[in-house]
Amino acid sequence: MNKHYLAFAGNPNAGKTTLFNTITGAHQHVGNYPGITVDRKEGTTILDDNRIDIVDLPGCYSLTAYTQEELVARQVLVEERPDLVVNVVDATKLERHLYLTIQFLELGVPVMLALNMMDDVRSKGIQINIEQLQKDLGCPAVGTVARTGAGKEELLRTAVNFAAKRNGAWQPLTISYGPDVDPVLECLSDMLEEAQLLQDKYPSRWIALKYIEGDDSIIEQGRTLAPELSRRMEARIQTLREHCLKTLNTFPEALIADYRYGFITALLKKSIVVTQPHSARLDLTDKIDQVLTHRLAGPALMLALLYTMFHITFTLGEYPMELTHSFFALLADGVTAILPEGLLQSLIVSGVIDGVGGVLGFVPLIMIMFIIIAFLEDSGYMARMAYMLDKVFRSFGLHGSSVMPFIISGGIAGGCAVPGVMAARTLRSPKEKLATILTAPFMPCGAKIPVFLLLIGAFFSEHRAAMMFSITLGAWVMALLVARILRSTIIRGESTPFVMELPPYRLPTLQGVLIHMWERTWEYIKKAGTVVLAISVIIWAAMTFPGLDAEQEEQFTSERLHLEQSLSSATTRAQQEQIHTALVDLEHTHSLAALKHSAAGRLGQMLEPLTSLAGFNWRTNIALIGGVAAKEVIVSTLGTAYSLGETDVDDSSSLMARIQKDPDWNRATAISAIIFVLLYAPCFVTIVVMARESSWGWAMFALIFNTTLAFLLACVAYQGALLVL
Amino acid sequence: MQQSLRHLQLYDKARIVGISASGELGRRIRDMGLVTGTEIEIVGRAPLKDPVAVRLRGFTLTLRNNEADHITVEKLESTT
Repeated sequence: MNKHYLAFAGNPNAGKTTLFNTITGAHQHVGNYPGITVDRKEGTTILDDNRIDIVDLPGCYSLTAYTQEELVARQVLVEERPDLVVNVVDATKLERHLYLTIQFLELGVPVMLALNMMDDVRSKGIQINIEQLQKDLGCPAVGTVARTGAGKEELLRTAVNFAAKRNGAWQPLTISYGPDVDPVLECLSDMLEEAQLLQDKYPSRWIALKYIEGDDSIIEQGRTLAPELSRRMEARIQTLREHCLKTLNTFPEALIADYRYGFITALLKKSIVVTQPHSARLDLTDKIDQVLTHRLAGPALMLALLYTMFHITFTLGEYPMELTHSFFALLADGVTAILPEGLLQSLIVSGVIDGVGGVLGFVPLIMIMFIIIAFLEDSGYMARMAYMLDKVFRSFGLHGSSVMPFIISGGIAGGCAVPGVMAARTLRSPKEKLATILTAPFMPCGAKIPVFLLLIGAFFSEHRAAMMFSITLGAWVMALLVARILRSTIIRGESTPFVMELPPYRLPTLQGVLIHMWERTWEYIKKAGTVVLAISVIIWAAMTFPGLDAEQEEQFTSERLHLEQSLSSATTRAQQEQIHTALVDLEHTHSLAALKHSAAGRLGQMLEPLTSLAGFNWRTNIALIGGVAAKEVIVSTLGTAYSLGETDVDDSSSLMARIQKDPDWNRATAISAIIFVLLYAPCFVTIVVMARESSWGWAMFALIFNTTLAFLLACVAYQGALLVL
Repeated sequence: MQQSLRHLQLYDKARIVGISASGELGRRIRDMGLVTGTEIEIVGRAPLKDPVAVRLRGFTLTLRNNEADHITVEKLESTT
């Protein structure tokens, strides 16, 4: 069997991934390029006796090295030397899409064109003379319709034949860049050839071109390998630059782009005939946009859509989530029944099952969320949302696309930061993306809500709605303000240019949406599953060890034995009930003593002098420490800490009554605790996902920074409230 | 008359006569097909008047106003 290695490349929105999906179907997998969060998608297909391996390169507009996507695409071409690049282009927009094609041809890699969206070409009244185009570009071209799969076999057949014919040989195309640039290109190429610099990797004219275009990655390589030569080349380019500015009032790199587009325009004049001028009719996209991006209707519809989306996700997600929870509860009960009481049982039930259950519990939510996100993205609406909201978010150093992560994380109270942070993937601007990831966890996620309900119920029961609303509003204010502060301090820098395509509206393909959903879900299960399991066990250990010493344990055991004996000898129903209550109380006191004795408990007590500034006693501290594992843990641990046993998150009325009576708790403490819980460390699953989307350094930064910030604000609020209330 | 792209009205048509952006912004602008000589049409403005949507070479792209400032255009007579 013959093996072939193809790379699919093209602009975003060219239908490249759709074509990749139709060709490889289920035979694909997603990995990562080392060190960055760009997906590496690979797939395989068989054609007669050919095995074709395909890598789907990230979509990019150019082959410079400004974005991770472009850098990756270039690296794959140069380092892995695929047999053939299949350049997928939107045939209705050849003029722009060929700009990338020209750059592939200049690099010299074997290239063929997949002229995609041929159905649109026909319906728009465009005629493409493919014969002529192939002749002028010197590479094969095949018409395709990725959504239906039309033309895919011809594409593969042509690819296999052409790859065999070229046999991996690189043949760089030479374009003239005019009387100013051309001589400099010649001169630089000669210098490079003489010095044999990077000759094994790139054609010399191409390196010279990149030097003139100011490509950081290439210049960096040149400076390291041949500092003296590089200096001479840069000096020569500086002269050219000054000359261009003086005589033409432009930059050399702009001249290069002009000539490239000139080359394309000349080429297309010969091969394209438009029988029905496009501007003669308003197409469907324009009609939809007149409504969806209308000055008033646009934002209103967007809010309605966001709310509906959110509502669907969390109502629809509730059933499978409950099912997962019940399953793990059942499993925990089963294990409790089988294993003898003791450390092993506790480790498996409280450490492993709770940990894994916690991770898998999010899976239905993530699946639904990403179906919706894939739909919004593939349909083209996501770009419109960014377009409409950019002005607002930009003033906080963010990007129009930041809205999605914020909303999902709990911008409408009750979301979840895990899929929220993952949704930041759609941001292509690194700084704005980082600021979004770091601030999205401030939103009131579904797990923080029971804590708020408990505290509001205990101290502000007459202002429930107003309090919940203020909390959500406060979260938005904090997220945006902190984003602004981060963007003007540690993530400082020019905002990434917004220059962005508004793609035509398209109905997403089911396959595309499902593949996208599955990729994200599986990635989450793999990554979060392993790390969270480990962390969950550590937290379990912190709340279990060191156990009570033998003497104390013995005391509890003897007291229990004593009570049990009196229970069996009790005669009246009243007596029995009384002893039963005493037994339950004893058990709660036991759990409390064990918790207080554990590492987490000791830490909570140790911190009390400090946390009393914010009004928190050691019981609250323990609950808050537990909350770092998962915010759901706060209420149940608080229950244990108030020796009420583990308190059910959904029914905390007894705990509410208990803290109402506690002298340590009052309205000031409640406000302080609400602020702290809203803003402090993200839960561990979120931290793991944050590390995945940025780096462990930034995830740890969020852990420390958010907690510090939350504590300071809680202190201020508490002290202030004490004065006022 | 030459003016900045920012000052064009909705549905105005114009030809690009100069681009003063360099560095990353300049590159992004060029990669998307905004080069001297290109004919463009303003097809929309976001609800808050910024960014602006521009049609060129058969597709639509968006630009912030402060990015549009770097693009000098010559207004064409409306063909309507």
